[in-house]
Amino acid sequence: MTLPLFSTTEDPGPDFAGLLRRLRVPAHPSIAGAGVAPSEGFRHGTTVVALRYADGVVMAGDRRATEGHSIAHRAMEKVFPADRYSAVAIAGAAGPAVEMVRLFQTQLEHYEKVEGIVLSLEGKANQLGQMVREHLPMAMQGLAVVPLFAGFDLARRTGRIFTYDVTGGHYEETEFNATGSGGRDARTTVKLGYREGLDREAAVELAIQSLYEAADEDSATGGPDLIRGIYPLVATVTADGFTAVTEDEVADRFAALIERRRTEGRQP
Amino acid sequence: MTMPYYVAPEQVMKDRAEYAQKGIARGRSLVATTYDQGILIVADNPSRSLHKISEIYDRIAFAGVGKYNEFDQLRVSGIRHADTKGYAYSREDVEARSLANLYAQYLGQVFTHEMKPLEVEILVAELGNGLRPPQMYHIAYEGTITDEDRFAVLGGETEAIVAKLDESWSATWSLSEALRAAVDALAGADRTLGADDLEVAVLAEGNGRRAFRRLVDEELVALLA
Repeated sequence: MTLPLFSTTEDPGPDFAGLLRRLRVPAHPSIAGAGVAPSEGFRHGTTVVALRYADGVVMAGDRRATEGHSIAHRAMEKVFPADRYSAVAIAGAAGPAVEMVRLFQTQLEHYEKVEGIVLSLEGKANQLGQMVREHLPMAMQGLAVVPLFAGFDLARRTGRIFTYDVTGGHYEETEFNATGSGGRDARTTVKLGYREGLDREAAVELAIQSLYEAADEDSATGGPDLIRGIYPLVATVTADGFTAVTEDEVADRFAALIERRRTEGRQP
Repeated sequence: MTMPYYVAPEQVMKDRAEYAQKGIARGRSLVATTYDQGILIVADNPSRSLHKISEIYDRIAFAGVGKYNEFDQLRVSGIRHADTKGYAYSREDVEARSLANLYAQYLGQVFTHEMKPLEVEILVAELGNGLRPPQMYHIAYEGTITDEDRFAVLGGETEAIVAKLDESWSATWSLSEALRAAVDALAGADRTLGADDLEVAVLAEGNGRRAFRRLVDEELVALLA
């Protein structure tokens, strides 16, 4: 390795992906043989959900990764801190999705260090959009990555959520959204329980309920795994930054939810 | 036809060294020292936006004195090196020693081969962990690299500052003790430095993954009091 120095006209500035390109470090390897969709042999991650509440946003994701019809991984993480005040969750082809998150996290920190100032939330959402767009050739081959981005906007003092499509288009959500194969079920559940200005309790509960319903309807979404003690990941982003909800709290909420269903005589 | 003058290599090097030293001596000095919780870096710098101290990676900080545009370019290339390495390998594989070596090589290269040497002196500091002790690498304009265990002083006229710190340095001093001693040494006999004249940062445990933190405003005033 040598010191990465560039002439003023070639300088990539605070752009980490641009730096990798100049240094010829492959960040997004494109798959050779265009048009062939690998139907098997790669892992798929599923349902993630985000919703706004009084103090910021809640984000949650199940833990299952599938490979075709079998379960490839039971404890995959799909909700990540993007930086101190934002979180990113992923659905789609697991390999490129996790790689995209890593690149995105590095990009945000890289920008902050080089420029000495943090990107605006809008700027972060845009950056992620560009990464999804660059990934489009692979999405066309069946390896789509669809992230969900949420964070606390320090300038506006509010939580904000952005959703993406495979073309990199990003759209701001006013209340909530979910993505992945169980996204539809999760979204409907949130929709039924959502009100403006929920408190943390209610928002976390609603996120947990939505994943429970999604796992109930969608085979690729994992529910709470009581035997192995694996529970969906839940995190909040507020003015205090990204905070993961403790596993104990998530486990207790699922236990309470299951208990309620049982005593109310509702199935399941 | 005029013949080019012969200039002895000794003379060339001497001239370049003198040029770089003069450039560095025009700026103000900087002190880095270990304290009981980590590493403290204090710069005599009244600017709030043109930093001399900055974050390179999770546990690594950079500081430079001399010509701003020159050490800032080195700072950015250090961030690039660290982020690229951490991305290609893993976060724990990024360490100060290899970065300090790269800086030393580059400064040495410029000093011997270019018309003008860089008028900078830089410091690469790394907070220790279970496997590695805290490290401070002091790299001079011509690429000389020294590994400091206790404290490092960067700048033009450092003898008085070094002498003063040599006297007061203690392995177990607290943040405010270390800070006051560093500020005292930087100020010298005929000046006093307040919070507005200083740029202060620490590499310390307890800041989460990123150990670098700037000390500003009330916190700095309180520590100086």
